[in-house]
This record gives sequence, structure tokens and C-alpha cells, in this order.
Amino acid sequence: MDLHYKIYPLGDAAACIDLGNIIDEDINRKIIAIQSWLHSNPFEGLKDIVIAYASISVYYDPLITKKRTHFQSTVFEFIRQKLEAAFSNSTTIDENDKKVIRIPVCYSDEFAIDINFISSKKQISREEIIHLHTSKTYRVYMIGFLPGFSYLGQVDEKLIIPRKKKPITVAAGSVGIAGSQTGVYPLACPGGWQIIGRTPMKFFDSKATLPVMMNAGDHVQFYEISRDEFENHISTQKSKIEE
Amino acid sequence: MSLSIIKPGLLDTIQDMGRHGYSHWGINPGGVMDRYAAQVANMLVGNLVSEAVIEIHFPGAQILFNQNALISITGADFSPSLNDQPLPLWQPIVVRKNTVLQFPKLNSGSVCYISIHGGICADKWLGSYSTNLKATAGGLSGRQLKKNDEIFFKENAIYFAGLLKEDVNLQVLPWRADVKNVYQFPNEIFIIKGNEWEELNGNSQYDFLENNFIIHPSSDRMGYQLRGNGLQLNHPFELISSGVHFGTIQLLPDGQLIVLMADHQTTGGYPRIAHVISSHLPKLAQLRPSDCLQFRLVDIQLAEEIFFQQQKDLQILERACQDHLNATVC
Repeated sequence: MDLHYKIYPLGDAAACIDLGNIIDEDINRKIIAIQSWLHSNPFEGLKDIVIAYASISVYYDPLITKKRTHFQSTVFEFIRQKLEAAFSNSTTIDENDKKVIRIPVCYSDEFAIDINFISSKKQISREEIIHLHTSKTYRVYMIGFLPGFSYLGQVDEKLIIPRKKKPITVAAGSVGIAGSQTGVYPLACPGGWQIIGRTPMKFFDSKATLPVMMNAGDHVQFYEISRDEFENHISTQKSKIEE
Repeated sequence: MSLSIIKPGLLDTIQDMGRHGYSHWGINPGGVMDRYAAQVANMLVGNLVSEAVIEIHFPGAQILFNQNALISITGADFSPSLNDQPLPLWQPIVVRKNTVLQFPKLNSGSVCYISIHGGICADKWLGSYSTNLKATAGGLSGRQLKKNDEIFFKENAIYFAGLLKEDVNLQVLPWRADVKNVYQFPNEIFIIKGNEWEELNGNSQYDFLENNFIIHPSSDRMGYQLRGNGLQLNHPFELISSGVHFGTIQLLPDGQLIVLMADHQTTGGYPRIAHVISSHLPKLAQLRPSDCLQFRLVDIQLAEEIFFQQQKDLQILERACQDHLNATVC
């Protein structure tokens, strides 16, 4: 695939390499490859990296990075050259052998608050929705918006549904769909995704050594659990904390 | 060595320069709103600039010092007073045990900082003391300060108690940080163009640079909502989520603007019209609801030059503070 890019500043302390305004698996894999290259070849002053669907942003301290710029007129020009090198020299890895992270989801009525809306809008049964949601392996395109909020794609086209016009408060663990993406709300917050179930799994735990269990590029599959199994998961987590 | 919150303020939190390196997990860096004022606060009391400070909004907390302390107050002027005696901003002050610091009146500005010599003890999460309210982590148990909270500070490296004369509650040390370069022309904010600037129609580009915008009361640590003439894109389009920064100005669907501030999320899906230059973020942070501002377009080279000059001034200030403290407490 022929990939094009654009590099631009996000102010004077951040810059972005942008591969287009589209959600595409090949582009996203290239983004992840660039991230990996930057990790192995960091530049002085680099503070943080953000991965998005089709772009990667770097955040830096211009004063520190400046010490390394010899011929460039601005620190941004130095960064631009680094990002160009990252694009040229990074290699996309084969994701076919990736381990699949399995996520238990309870699709019972009390959790699946928008499943009936989707069912009537898309003219498919609840069972069909659950089947379609659980039968695909999804890619983590990016993590953003909240700690641990993973954007997973892409859902079966029969499930594609726009987000709500007005967000409502959603519980932590709520599993939703918006557009062609599915995802899990790691924390209770106002949310606009259509909610079809809830997972007892913690996508974000500030007390854990690894607060977020996923990374962009990971593969995920959902599987259905009953209400009782959901409760069991929760009480197992609670007793682990009490130990 | 501690202080206690007698009466909580609207939003007082423990912050430092932010939590960097975890944005790829959606963990936003956060940190102080006005980095300049927070750094100077630390310098004035001989701390490393990376030490945590207390960020105070108006109305501010009432604070009891449980021991003598060397403090400074910088940023907004909320008329700080110690047992009703007015305190100056931007100067180091030795305060006596059992005195109460209050902020009775809003004079100007939006956020003020209290630094304490030795530095504040707080929860460090992923390398930073900054309070992440969404994640409920960092700072003081990941939340704002409440009544009866006790905040500990670290051991003194310098002996300042000898500076406190008998029968007085405080001793202001006789030097003040000169910060007028940073906060002058408070309503004029320099920006560089964002990637989606070209998508704005011509009239809107003109309006953006010529009109005043007013800060709306719904503004907070996540973003300053602006009100002004509605702006329009040439053609409506959906932008997929992409990277943003503290100071990124986004165009919302209703044609109004939001400037992302310290607690902004790691990614955003609205057109990025422009970005405020780093060295103007401190004065932007000090603007309040119903203040107005105007944007001035600069290029990246000038933005960097102003930043480097500001950093140079900070380095000189830091050395001067160290020299004065060393001379005074020896």
C-alpha cells in the first residue's frame, strides 16, 4: 500500500506525523511501527507519544531537544527530520501470530441498555447482535479519551451505528459501539457510545503495576458470560483486593 | 512538618509539572495550569522546580500551618493574608506555626500556587505528584483537598526559623521575582496555525484573528470555552481522533472554540484550528470567565525564540533566588 504522510506542529512543543483522515488497518499498523522505531531511537527531550488511528504525535521539551539541533533553523525542523526517518526506517510487523486477549461480556438486559435500539434500527435480533459482536477478532487501533479506553475495530457492518447525540452517564465496564468501532468504558463517565453489555474486567486500574492492560496493535475477542458468572468475576476481584 | 485544611476551597489540588510518558494509554499528563508561576514558586523557596505545589482556585482554602514554614505564593492575586496580615506575592515568606493563611478577595487572575520549602509529600503515581481526578490517582488520594486534610512537607534543608523575629507571625524575605515580561499584554495570545486552519473559510480565518473572544463560565482545567462570532469550515467533515496539546484550539460543531488546558484528554476529534504558543500558556491560564482575548498569528520560529528567552530568564531567576537564600540563611 502506498502511504503518504504529512508532518506538522501541534504548537511549539509537539508535532504530528499524519497518514490521513481514515480508519484503516494498514495505516494503523504503520503508525504502530513508527511508535516502535521511536522507542528504539528516541531523541533527547522526547517526553511522550500519542498514537491515534492514522497519526502519531510526539511531545518534547524544545530546550532539551535544541541542544541536538545543529543545522536546522528550528527545533521543529529537527523533529520533522526525525519523524521522516521514523517513517522511512520503520517496518510493519506481521500481526497474524498475535495472542488474542479474551474479554468476558455480560449482555443481559440491565447492562445492554441500547441493544434494543440497535436491534430495531438495524432490523436484527438481540441474539444476532451478540453473535456478531463476539465472533470477530478486533484490533486495538488506539487508546485515548480516558485512561485505558481502547478503540477496537472494526465491527461487522450490520452493527455499524452512530453514537448518541447526547451522552449519558455510563457505568465502568460498559461495552459500546460507535460507528465501526467497539470499545469499553474503563471508568464511569458521560458517554455517547451505544451500550450493549458490560464486562467485569478492569481495563484501567491505577493501583496495578501495569495500569492499562492493552496496547495499540493488540488483538481482542469478546465472549458471552451469564449474569451469575459476571457476579463471580466481580466477587473474585473483590476478595483478591481483600487478601 | 505539615499544614492542615481548615476550610476547603472551590478546587485545590496538588500538582507538579505533569505525568509524562503514559499518554499512549490515555493517561493524560495533567499538571499545573500556569507552569511559570508554579516553577517560580518553587525557586523562591529553594526547591527544585519539579517539586509538587498546591494549586488554588478562587475561592481558595483556609490553611493552618502546623509548623514554621518557608513558603511563597505566586500566580493569581487572591489577597493572601496570614492571621489577617496581608502577604505579598512572588516573594519568599517565613510563616509561624499555628498561623492561618486565607484568600479573602479576588483581585486578579485565575490560579495561584503555594510552594513550601522542602517540597510537599504526596502520592506519586507513574512518576508524578499531579492529581488525576478522572483516574483518582496522584496528589492527595487523587482528589481535591477537603476539610481536615493534613499535607506533609519534607525536611528543611536550610534553617530559616532564625529569620522569624519574636512577636511577629511572618517575615517576608526582601526579594521579589520580576515576572512582568510573562504576564504583560494579558489579553493578547500568540498562536501558530493548526493543521485544520486551511479548512476554515476565509471570513472565519479573518474573524479568528481580528475578533475578541470571551472566556465562558463553563471553562475549567480541561479547557477554556470561548464565545465569539461563530466560525465555519469550508465544507463540514468528520475528523478522526488525533493528537492534541495543552493550548490546542478546537472548533466545535456549534462554531465556537475551545482551548485545551492542563487536564485535556490525550486525543481529540475536532478540527485543530491553531495552537497557543507555550510561553503564552501562563498568561492564558490566568484569564478568567468574562475576560476577553485576541489571537495573534506568529510562526514556529518566533514561538520557539520567545520560549527560549523565557527559559533563559527562568534560569537567571533560579540562580538569583539560590544566591539570595544562601546569603540570607548562612
